[in-house]
Amino acid sequence: MFNILAVVIYISILSYFAYLGFKGTKTAKDYLVGGGEIHPFIMALSYGAAFISTSAIVGFGGAAAFFGMSLLWLTFLTIFVGVFIAFIVYGKRTRKIGHNLSAHTFPEFLAKRYKCPAIQKFAAIVIFLFMPIYAAAVMIGAAKFLEISLHVPYVTALFFTSIIVAIYVFFGGLKGVMYADAFQGGLMFVGMLFLVIFTYTKLGGVVPAHTALTDLLAQPGVKAQLAKMPPTFNGWTSMPGFLSINWMVVVTSLVMGVGIGVLAQPQLAVKFMTVKSNRELNRAVPVGGIFVLMMTGVAFTVGALSNVFFFRDTGKIAVAAAGGIDKIIPLFLNTYLPEWFVALFLIVLIAAGMSTLSSQFHAIATAFGHDLLYNEKQSQAKQVLVTRIGVLIAFVLTFVLAYYLPMIWDGAIARGTAIFFGLCAASFLPMYTAALYSKRVRKSAAVIGMVTGFVVSLFWMCFVHFKTASALGICNLILNKPFLFKGTKMPFVDPIVIALASSIIVTIVLSFVLKKDIDDEHIEKTFKGV
Amino acid sequence: MLGLEGNSIFAAYILSIISALGCLVYGIINWNKGGDNEKQDIKEEKKWESDEEKISETL
Repeated sequence: MFNILAVVIYISILSYFAYLGFKGTKTAKDYLVGGGEIHPFIMALSYGAAFISTSAIVGFGGAAAFFGMSLLWLTFLTIFVGVFIAFIVYGKRTRKIGHNLSAHTFPEFLAKRYKCPAIQKFAAIVIFLFMPIYAAAVMIGAAKFLEISLHVPYVTALFFTSIIVAIYVFFGGLKGVMYADAFQGGLMFVGMLFLVIFTYTKLGGVVPAHTALTDLLAQPGVKAQLAKMPPTFNGWTSMPGFLSINWMVVVTSLVMGVGIGVLAQPQLAVKFMTVKSNRELNRAVPVGGIFVLMMTGVAFTVGALSNVFFFRDTGKIAVAAAGGIDKIIPLFLNTYLPEWFVALFLIVLIAAGMSTLSSQFHAIATAFGHDLLYNEKQSQAKQVLVTRIGVLIAFVLTFVLAYYLPMIWDGAIARGTAIFFGLCAASFLPMYTAALYSKRVRKSAAVIGMVTGFVVSLFWMCFVHFKTASALGICNLILNKPFLFKGTKMPFVDPIVIALASSIIVTIVLSFVLKKDIDDEHIEKTFKGV
Repeated sequence: MLGLEGNSIFAAYILSIISALGCLVYGIINWNKGGDNEKQDIKEEKKWESDEEKISETL
């Protein structure tokens, strides 16, 4: 009853904000005209709400319950890299150069910076084809929570989630309603603040809670439940053995993949262009930093501590009690928190999912309609139609992936997110960084670096990485083995490590070898006022 | 420390809090910096937003 009432109230408020957005009364332009005082706050919450989703809370929270508090290194990176470095080192120049070149999407930004339309098409295809994996991860997170809190089958929960997302995306959610983002970000903040206070209080405070988690490994029966875990697991409050399989998964896939990949996220980079000056970005940094700490810090800490709760009551560790990594956070919340809070958290999670999904589908829509298939001779009505067809295809793909991925991988949310973040980092991060800081980098070097990062990523996913290669089955089909380098540690190294390194080396080396291919006038225009 | 067994987990826990506080301090120190060319910045941003609205119309 509480749950349904909460969802009705939430949807009513969101609809009201969407209505305001449609009326055009609170667009970014109005903030500028009104002096722009509120803008940094809104921008930071909008960025944070788009960055942090059900993937972080349910997926990575569940991963923290499984792997332990070593995931706090990802919390550190999401704040230090995802906010501090992103806003100051990347954001300020992205804003200015984006305005200088009149770029409105991430692919357009790169293409105009390097004077190469092919980059725009290539980046648009990557976003259109692969963003649905990340969108599916977010959708799985929301559906898993609904599955457990409403006691319905996963398919029903996924269907219900998709309906809400489809209504929001197709009726106004792509218009970038900033109040809606800020509202959702605010809800998320309040929900997570309560969650961390509740969890530590129930366990007797910060130190007793951590101590109980540390002592868990020595409890009778726990080691038997860790049979699936490699022997290098040292407990929930210790790092796994250096370069062990566990260490590879935690550090290269989860921590590096997302912690570094955040810098080259198309849907986040464009947020910097929505503010009027560097002062606004300076003012947005505190809000972003505290917000992200409250999201990932709380999710990963509470996720790990959930083991103590489950073990005390059931004698099982979290993953055994929940029956899967992605079910841990939903089951923990539904079992141990007051009913009214579960209702509130249902809204928090829908808000977390919705704000990210709207930014993802916005990126997909602009990639398809604006970057890939834009034709200035087309009427606006036809452009709208083309874009909507693209969004519909991506939406169906997202739904299908959200249905199948949980059957393939335990921990599909974190895996799906890490794949997309890693792919974006390997393909775009070197050329994006060079676009902001190097007048020397060659167009052809940037393009070859981008393609190298993308191809190496795909190769590693299809043929080497134990999780993706086994699931895709391409290696098995061609070479009659699930993945290459079996018996070594290579299959546990995430694609981002090899692909990003390849892309960086190719971009730098070719920039020294190849001749200059961008004229000075364009470089001057790009860096004017930077 | 703090009931955490591994030093590197303690380091990640503390660094997470310190980096969030660092963001706060950075924002306070630079609260009024970076707005020197406000008129020009607003002019550029208005043009950018007006183009953005045109793209938005096609969504």
